[in-house]
Amino acid sequence: MASSTPQRMRPLSPHIQIYRPQLTSVLSIANRITGVVLSFCAVALVVWLISVAAGPKAYSTIHGFIRSWFGQILLLGCTYSFFLHLCGGIRHLAWDAVYGFELRAIYTSGWTVVVTSAALTLITWTACMRFAR
Amino acid sequence: MIIRSADEVPRTTLLKRFPIPRNLGVSPGSRIAKGRRWPAPVGAGRVKAFEVYRYDADSEANPRLDTFEVDLDDCGPMVLDALIWIKNKVDSTLTFRRSCREGICGSCAMNINGTNWLACTRFISDLASPATIYPLANMRIIKDLVPDLTHVFAQYSLIEPWLRTKTPEPEKERLQSPEERRTLDGYYECILCFCCTSGCPSHWWNADRFLGPAVLLQAWRWLADSRDEATGERLDNLEDPYRLYRCHTILNCTRTCPKGLNPGKAIANIKKMLIERRT
Repeated sequence: MASSTPQRMRPLSPHIQIYRPQLTSVLSIANRITGVVLSFCAVALVVWLISVAAGPKAYSTIHGFIRSWFGQILLLGCTYSFFLHLCGGIRHLAWDAVYGFELRAIYTSGWTVVVTSAALTLITWTACMRFAR
Repeated sequence: MIIRSADEVPRTTLLKRFPIPRNLGVSPGSRIAKGRRWPAPVGAGRVKAFEVYRYDADSEANPRLDTFEVDLDDCGPMVLDALIWIKNKVDSTLTFRRSCREGICGSCAMNINGTNWLACTRFISDLASPATIYPLANMRIIKDLVPDLTHVFAQYSLIEPWLRTKTPEPEKERLQSPEERRTLDGYYECILCFCCTSGCPSHWWNADRFLGPAVLLQAWRWLADSRDEATGERLDNLEDPYRLYRCHTILNCTRTCPKGLNPGKAIANIKKMLIERRT
């Protein structure tokens, strides 16, 4: 057995390719993605503010985009991202204080985050629609 | 699609192209080829198919996924029984670790239908057909379902998992009150099967420097021990952006622990202890 040393690197067993997504990992990656989305939202907010300062013509261009169906979908995504990140952040704060680590609590708080952020998005949009009218 | 509740056992494995193609981002030598199918013996009763990851270092071939049809009427109730049945009756080259067959040795940890668990404590009846069996995720594979645990055990030795003391040795043993002893409950039971470490996405990306949940749970087990007198040194050893703080509280570890322990909580305890030390 002179050649018992493998000629090549041993294969790495698959991980993300086969590991089942679960609420824990999905919400973790969702928290990161919404964080990235929110950084873009911050830029978009600045663009909007600049357009307000730049006068009616610039503002109407931006406003027209926001009012289009594509803009509205983006805005809805931003709102949900904001609330998901907010609720997820509160969940992480509780964990930092070593609260809510029992598996059942992890799952309860996870679903609470999903439902609460959806509800808050809905409430915000309903309120805005009323106000806009 | 996602595992929705705390006690759900994954019945099915994911579709091959969803959410991520099986070989996406996998280095050429680790790509999984299609294997052969081993039909059930003639006259078999209830049959369930098992897709099993195979790799033979002696051949030049890539890993492959073999399908075995197991006669459930001739086989015990656990996934480990099915593997032993295959080894005895179908293909004696199938290689896996096993010892106690009752969930205390941690040898038969593997990825069953997409989550890590001990093959000896997972019921076959909980799994749909075909059931998918991979070795522990993100490990170098020695053969078939046998991962090379050298790296994770080296990480384990880094935390010096033994009682470190400075005071002179007492005449009898070092005593501990029942309350002090109770602080170790939920941590001393760890059997080092590395289901959690292998299921941790952070460890997938930073296995070289992040210690991973199993080792950090052990670290907390010694930090929490009232008899241990090296708490300061232990914390110094852990206070590192990678070793400890690559834990982003994903909590796949707590979800997958086949002993029902809580590595996520142990790590949070370490982080809290480090913050308390600073103030």
